[in-house]
Amino acid sequence: MEAQASHLMASGGPSHRAVGADLGGGTYDRAHRGTVGEIRVEVPRMRCTKVNVHYGDKHAIHDVSLDVGKNEVLAMIGPSGCGKSTFLRCLNRMNDTVASCRVTGEILLDGKDIMAPEVDVVPLRARVGMVFQKPNPLTFPKSIFENVAFGPRIHGLVQTRAELEEVVVTSLQKANLWEEVKDRLNDPGTGLSGGQQQRLCIARAIAIQPEVILMDEPCSALDPISTAKIEQLIDELRRQFSICIVTHSMQQAARVSQRTAYFHLGDLIEVGDTDQIFVKPQHQLTEDYITGRFG
Amino acid sequence: MSETNFASAEDKMFARVEAGMKRRRAAEKRFQWYGRCAVALGLTFLVVLFVSIVSNGYTAFWQTRVTLDVTLDASVIDPQGSRDPEVLRAADYGGLIKATLRDMFPDVTGRRDRFALYGLISNGAAFDLRDRVLANPQLIGTTVSLSVAADDDVDMLMKGHIDRDGAEADRRIKDNQLGWIDQLQADGRLERVFNLDFFANGDSRDPELAGIRGALMGSVFTLVVTLALSFPLAVAAAVYLEEFAPKNRWTDLIEVNINNLAAVPSIVFGLLGLAVFINFFTLPRSAPLVGGLVLTLMTLPTIIIASRASLKSVPPSIREGALGVGASPMQAVMYHVLPLAMPGMLTGTIIGMAQALGETAPLLMIGMVAFIADVPNGVFDPSTVLPVQIYLWADSPERAYVEKTSAAILVLLLFLATMNAVAVLLRRRFERRW
Repeated sequence: MEAQASHLMASGGPSHRAVGADLGGGTYDRAHRGTVGEIRVEVPRMRCTKVNVHYGDKHAIHDVSLDVGKNEVLAMIGPSGCGKSTFLRCLNRMNDTVASCRVTGEILLDGKDIMAPEVDVVPLRARVGMVFQKPNPLTFPKSIFENVAFGPRIHGLVQTRAELEEVVVTSLQKANLWEEVKDRLNDPGTGLSGGQQQRLCIARAIAIQPEVILMDEPCSALDPISTAKIEQLIDELRRQFSICIVTHSMQQAARVSQRTAYFHLGDLIEVGDTDQIFVKPQHQLTEDYITGRFG
Repeated sequence: MSETNFASAEDKMFARVEAGMKRRRAAEKRFQWYGRCAVALGLTFLVVLFVSIVSNGYTAFWQTRVTLDVTLDASVIDPQGSRDPEVLRAADYGGLIKATLRDMFPDVTGRRDRFALYGLISNGAAFDLRDRVLANPQLIGTTVSLSVAADDDVDMLMKGHIDRDGAEADRRIKDNQLGWIDQLQADGRLERVFNLDFFANGDSRDPELAGIRGALMGSVFTLVVTLALSFPLAVAAAVYLEEFAPKNRWTDLIEVNINNLAAVPSIVFGLLGLAVFINFFTLPRSAPLVGGLVLTLMTLPTIIIASRASLKSVPPSIREGALGVGASPMQAVMYHVLPLAMPGMLTGTIIGMAQALGETAPLLMIGMVAFIADVPNGVFDPSTVLPVQIYLWADSPERAYVEKTSAAILVLLLFLATMNAVAVLLRRRFERRW
């Protein structure tokens, strides 16, 4: 089964529209799994090859191969339980914290395998930062300043207090939060609004100068205005970082991303330029999902 | 037409709902009353408990004292005039007090009557007098006015616990003693003062001299040892098991055993302490150190279970937030998870410590039930603890120990309340929203 599936991983191959046409009940032909569209990019920041994830006996992700390009926003969409968050968490080995979780395959960051046993996850997570679904300002240390300063401090990125302050200020500025909090840097981070908290989490992530920022549904707990601010921020951050964003909102994916990957039941079904995916999907499943027939 | 049909159908439905509502409201009301009754019953018992303890115990905080004018005869205390402290210490102060009493009641003759007269004054009076002379030898040769504790029977009479109209044979205070007491009272030599002795002395065979300090300090030392050992051990164990240990058969086994340990009867821990700490490690008997060790064993599972529960209740987003910026697992736990779990851990600790404070059975096994008159000065000194002291006093036949027992219970409860208050304050400081 596995070997067969991997053969089907074609790049822009023949149309798979016929596959799994009968969808509503979720009867989707597993034998024909595979990815349509271009999974590789010219200048990759991260390159994943045949990533499989098992939760105990459950095979959560099947043979996913995907590139994350430099200075691009890659959106991952798909119905609940399709494995997009699980895949995202592989990219900084966050799944290590789940005892029953087993990840196999190859994930390269700047050409180096991050799955190798000798790789220390602590510096890895400094290079691949993460922003979570629920804004989670650190409660200890609790002030806004300390939240942003935590990362640089534990990684020893700064030598003096002045440097630390500079990092905190620039990070908050980059996260478009500086103007709102500059007068209350010592207030607890939990006192901010949801949207502000999420931008604080982004500031915290960029304070350690990562190469990639992973965002797991960063706006799902926020109101439209806060969401718009974060989306604008993501677009600005693209100039400096590579960003992977998991989202349930297809409009959001369309607005912020350059490339979109559609996941379904643990398979990567289709990857392509966002414009192309939303205008002219190649795979029947993708089309059904983005037209709202299920999901 | 159709509209009226609709309305009537609606009405019918409402009527049906309304009929049911009556029953539902009644059931709800009944349910609330069950709750109220339960709370009221609990409160009633609490009030009865407090009223009985306080009404029995409050008199123990007062004491009857007798003022004596004692002539410090130099020929009795220091015949050579050397003022040597050793000589002063060995002098017959009891004799001086007896002489004073004889002078006050010259009519009393005969061995038996004189003995009854001396019995009005506490045995501790001679020691009070000695301490006073040793502190200031210049008093020798003068007459000092000395306030000494009355015997516990006199104290009981003054507090109304002895019926002076009863048959003489049933009374601890005989008729002739009653006469002398009345005379002392008429002379203004009897007074009721706050019972400092109760808080300054250790245990004693004489109820008027018996105090709570020995047991109180014993409890303090024991609990300090217990807290110092059990809190760090339990938190370390809980953090390891919850955050770092692999989830496998061994950790499951450990978890089951910790849970079982929490249900082991406390006296078993006492036997263990006797066998291990005293017989094997030959630590001193009756010492708060051993008591603390035994109570540590007893409270460890309680605190571990509470700490694990409180670690579990910290949302995973906190851990992920810290790990996501590259904190090591230890940094994530120490800086972020542990402070958030602290209130719950403190609650568990205070439950464990309250349990330890009230524990008697295991301490009986390691000799903390012995009669110890000295106030302990450290964790190696023999001592007893408050609940054991209560047990010892409750077991003593003298009438005066009844009020002492209740007073000791009050001290124990106050101790407990103080501990809880400290825990609440600490918890407030740690409590944060996330």
